[in-house]
Amino acid sequence: MYLWLAIAGLAAACFAQDTPDVDTGRRIFESQCALCHGQTGGGGRGPALNRPKLAKAPDDAALRRVISEGIDPEMPGAWQLHPREVGSVAAYVHSLGAVPPEILPGDPQRGEAIYSGRKCAACHMIAGKGQGFGPELTDIGARRNAAYLRAAILKPAASLPAGFQYVAATTAANQSVRGIRVNEDSFTIQLKDAGGRFYSFRKSVLKDLRRLEGQTPMPAFEGQIGGAELDDLVAYLASLKGKP
Amino acid sequence: MKWYAMLVCAAAWAQVPYERIVDATKEPQNWLTYSGNYQGHRFSPLTQVTPANVSGLRVQWAHQFPDRAEVSPLVVDGVMYVSGPNNAEALDVRTGRRLWSWSRPIPKDYRNIGFGRVNRGPAILDNQIFVATLDCYLVALDARSGLERWLVKVEDYKPGYSMTLAPLATRGKVVVGVSGGEAGIRGFVDAYDARTGERSWRFYTIPGPGEPGHDSWAGDSWKTGGGSTWVTGSYDPETNTVYWGVGNPGPDWNADSRAGDNLYTCSLVALDGDTGKLKWHFQFTPHDSHDWDSTHVPVLFEADVRGTRRKLVAVANRNAFYYVLDRTTGEFVAGRPYARQTWAKGLDDRGRPIVIPNTEPSPEGTLVWPNLNGATVWFSPAFSPRTQLLYVAVREIASVYFKRKAEYEPGTFFAGGGEASAPGEKASGAIRALDATTGQMRWEFPMHSAPWAGVLATAGGLVFSGSDEGNFFALDAKTGKPLWDFQTGGRVAANPISFAVDGKQYIAIAAERTLYVFGL
Repeated sequence: MYLWLAIAGLAAACFAQDTPDVDTGRRIFESQCALCHGQTGGGGRGPALNRPKLAKAPDDAALRRVISEGIDPEMPGAWQLHPREVGSVAAYVHSLGAVPPEILPGDPQRGEAIYSGRKCAACHMIAGKGQGFGPELTDIGARRNAAYLRAAILKPAASLPAGFQYVAATTAANQSVRGIRVNEDSFTIQLKDAGGRFYSFRKSVLKDLRRLEGQTPMPAFEGQIGGAELDDLVAYLASLKGKP
Repeated sequence: MKWYAMLVCAAAWAQVPYERIVDATKEPQNWLTYSGNYQGHRFSPLTQVTPANVSGLRVQWAHQFPDRAEVSPLVVDGVMYVSGPNNAEALDVRTGRRLWSWSRPIPKDYRNIGFGRVNRGPAILDNQIFVATLDCYLVALDARSGLERWLVKVEDYKPGYSMTLAPLATRGKVVVGVSGGEAGIRGFVDAYDARTGERSWRFYTIPGPGEPGHDSWAGDSWKTGGGSTWVTGSYDPETNTVYWGVGNPGPDWNADSRAGDNLYTCSLVALDGDTGKLKWHFQFTPHDSHDWDSTHVPVLFEADVRGTRRKLVAVANRNAFYYVLDRTTGEFVAGRPYARQTWAKGLDDRGRPIVIPNTEPSPEGTLVWPNLNGATVWFSPAFSPRTQLLYVAVREIASVYFKRKAEYEPGTFFAGGGEASAPGEKASGAIRALDATTGQMRWEFPMHSAPWAGVLATAGGLVFSGSDEGNFFALDAKTGKPLWDFQTGGRVAANPISFAVDGKQYIAIAAERTLYVFGL
């Protein structure tokens, strides 16, 4: 037994130069990836990675490429990593997939009924149904974990995605537009209002442009929804994985 | 009449002797060297486009490249020369139609370590166009046909040497520098005989055993110490001096193995144009651990300092400080921050930074302004002799720096860490006009994000630059007021130029894969 372990250890040491090292990968992951993907890959601002198949990285080569090159514009590439380090991070991410998937307490079917009863579709879209003011939720279950969804329902302003901005603009003709910023450059800004309509303004000709920092048009459901109802809604959203 | 004009054109087209580049200001219709003149000004003496009429600028023609373009074109007597990674073209400036093209395959095993597969422009001298390639060859092409006249291997690309810069053609010589600061190279500046391609001299940016400065490296760390030279320098024809910026020490973010100042990394070096001998050096960031290459275009100018006329060189550095040095001696004249920085209390009397403790990268991460790409970097500043202002594209951005183990292995990353975006620290950008002699800010034009494009100033009273979101724009050179902008549809990561043909002024900029040429 001990002899076998010693031989295995020796072999591991011999191959250490070339084999990806899960522990090295974990340390790099915790310092450079965990901010968005969570300390143990459970997701957060970025998608959960503790699943056997990753949508944007179906195999090891693709995963290594995503790690070093990133996904424009939401994920920066870790181009400074040595190929061996990239391999180690990939190995660690693969190891996360071996973790059994999270079992959620709620019932997705009941959750779907709560979704329509609570008029979520007035601002969100799922598979083409609803209005496009809030984020598309068609594949939200693939992009966010259950804990994030739960927090976002209860206190949406506390978990705004990076770059999210709610904006109030007043034109020279005194037209007021409130909307989510969909794009911006040094001279112009593009908004989408509650009706899903797009607006484009030259910032220099606006009478007023207010950035409602930390605000969101989504109401906080804390105290309004809880217990089994919340579990069901979260289970429904977590089941939305987009295209199979 | 027409045949006569054509003949004159053909005769004038043939030769760009050194003297023409020295006097580049006298032929403002052309753009004869990377920065427009040897002094690194990126200033056009053309005056047709002004604050009053700039709103009428329209695209005249566009040219598409096969790759992302960071090129600063040359324009000589009606012909534009552009280059990309391992390729070059000559274009008719009136229509953008191609006159010739040249390319050289990129070897399959070539790896770009720590930078993009780009090329920042060609050089011209006499009848030849010079292009530096990714696989580290310097190539001389016949300006009339695009045929290779000579090709010389500058260094082996396999351990990580590469070139992306525009060569600098001086008196009979072509000067180049190398990329590879993340691959543990030993950097150098080389000069080649423009006629034969024979190497005239090499200046190693890291002194070897027995040379002054060698003791600024612990043990054998000098052998893999980096010191790349990947941005085109400036040249003083009066004193035959080449001014060149030197990159970061390696490994970038783990400085444990290289105790000492690590000369001449993160420095400006002044070299004799004939011999490559070091005249002086000035180190901006001793013992750097943030990847703050000092690879910028040095700006040469003259000004009164405390009542005395002095020959100066200015650098807006990646480390967020602006420096003015005496360009004859390298003496520190003035310096101050021009962007947000959290790593130094200031500069001492000799220009050395007073470093704040615990600002170096760490295993758990250290938050520092600016980020590793710095407050500004390779993209050019502009200097207007009319306003005496230096215009610089500024990046206001922080990052969390990590330190990790670094083991040297030829041809791979030798960086020892990296950076991650700083949560909650809002990044932005600006074009800032600095008093060239003091660095004091005169105006700024705020930008939506940290830019990656250079600046052009014109005698017409304008400043041009671009943004990451694809805006190409003109500002009033005196006030910074935005006067015109155009959405190019691609990230602007290049330097603008201006030229004229048939009496009409043009402004050119590359954005993503397209070169746009604007005129009234």
